[in-house]
Amino acid sequence: MTNKESLTVLSILQGLWTILQHTFRKRETVQYPEEKLYLPPRFRGRIILSRDPDGGERCVACHLCSSVCPVDCIALQAAEDETGRRYPAFFRINFSRCILCGFCEEACPTAAIQLTPDFEMAEYRRENLVYEKEDLLISGPGKYPGYNFYKVAGLSIGGKDKGEGENEDPPVDVHGLLP
Amino acid sequence: MMLILKHLLVVFGVLAAALSASAGLVWLERRLLGLWQDRYGPNRVGPFGLLQVAADGLKMFFKEDWVPPFADKPVFILAPVLALITALLAFAVIPFTAEIMVADLNIGLLFFLAIVSLGVYGVALGGWSSNNKYALIGAVRGVAQMLSYEVFMGLSLMGVVLLTGSFNLREIVLAQQNMWFCIPQFPGLLIFMIAGFAETHRMPFDLPEAESELVAGYHTEYSGMKFGLFFVGEYLGITMTSAMIVTLFFGGWLGPVLPPLVWFAGKTLVFICLFILVRATLPRPRYDQLMAFAWKVFLPLSLLNLVITGAVVVAGR
Repeated sequence: MTNKESLTVLSILQGLWTILQHTFRKRETVQYPEEKLYLPPRFRGRIILSRDPDGGERCVACHLCSSVCPVDCIALQAAEDETGRRYPAFFRINFSRCILCGFCEEACPTAAIQLTPDFEMAEYRRENLVYEKEDLLISGPGKYPGYNFYKVAGLSIGGKDKGEGENEDPPVDVHGLLP
Repeated sequence: MMLILKHLLVVFGVLAAALSASAGLVWLERRLLGLWQDRYGPNRVGPFGLLQVAADGLKMFFKEDWVPPFADKPVFILAPVLALITALLAFAVIPFTAEIMVADLNIGLLFFLAIVSLGVYGVALGGWSSNNKYALIGAVRGVAQMLSYEVFMGLSLMGVVLLTGSFNLREIVLAQQNMWFCIPQFPGLLIFMIAGFAETHRMPFDLPEAESELVAGYHTEYSGMKFGLFFVGEYLGITMTSAMIVTLFFGGWLGPVLPPLVWFAGKTLVFICLFILVRATLPRPRYDQLMAFAWKVFLPLSLLNLVITGAVVVAGR
């Protein structure tokens, strides 16, 4: 037998031994429904709509999320309440289309739309994957606890005038300025 | 009357044991492959996933049993039956213990070799009647491979026959009371094992069904229980080859303390696991390499083994 052939035989035996040693290895599989993987807080899963610390809806119905959505799964309609505050009349996410890319969260100017570490949304009926506003809205502020858009927006709205927001100077009277 | 009853019991017992062993192998193989690849394999259906076998069997039965319109229908139906029956027939001569065997033929070993040769027909006719190029290439490969490896499969066993002076498998086992033939006939054992892998067209010699090149080789067009018969035939082949290795080289049912049947089953199980370990390890050789191995390496080696064994036997007289 030549040297090359004996090396081949040796490598075959080595291979068998290596595979046999795997008998005592830990298995890689995570047995999913019983064991669950750790999902990091910034995992991109089921989409929610958050509220500001005062309990008001954060969404201002600017349509940025629906226009950035690559699969067009977000539908909403803007409305305004008597104080001039904008809100979505309806807000609908079709999760059978959503690819959980997180663009909507990136686009959102008021941190209203957020992705959560939850992906277990399986349904027997497709229609049940269309989430309406009441399914999406949560009671808390999500990932941005202290943030309140209207408090820092510099907008005159519902009992708060210009210059009354956080870290906001009173407005300058442009007509009062002398040259 | 009692004798006939006892014989019938043995026949059906062997049949049931062989079939349930090959069904169990489907589960065992998947679990062991899982183990060696650091995964679990089927572990959901029933305890340890054992009922997976039943689930797979049910699935096979309820699948569409389709015969392609371009196939040669009678032969197409006959081929998987042949594959299964030839695999089953060889169990007739295997001595499970000194008493439990279907036929105590004094040419048992020759019968085994003959039946293994007949196994070529399942592959050849299956591939031919499918009228499909992949199936045909697979069948051509299968036939060439099985015919080539058969030659020295027989020759590698002749050393054992020389040492025993008999073709009777029971006497071969009894001749191993002092020393198992795996020691004096070690080259014969290796060659027989390799030939056994090739004859059952198991990894790494699964070229007739090479998924990555030939879709599924000779059983490309088969579905439902016809495919199932090929499948069961393959696992029967593994069981049968392991049982033959144990009978010829590892002292069959011989062993201390435990009952003989347990020894036989245990030893066979070890070799079945070895079959699966080899599958988990080795990649497929190229086809020309396969044929070169057969004719240029193993055939001369088995002849050499035969000559040396013969010389030793003659010198020992």
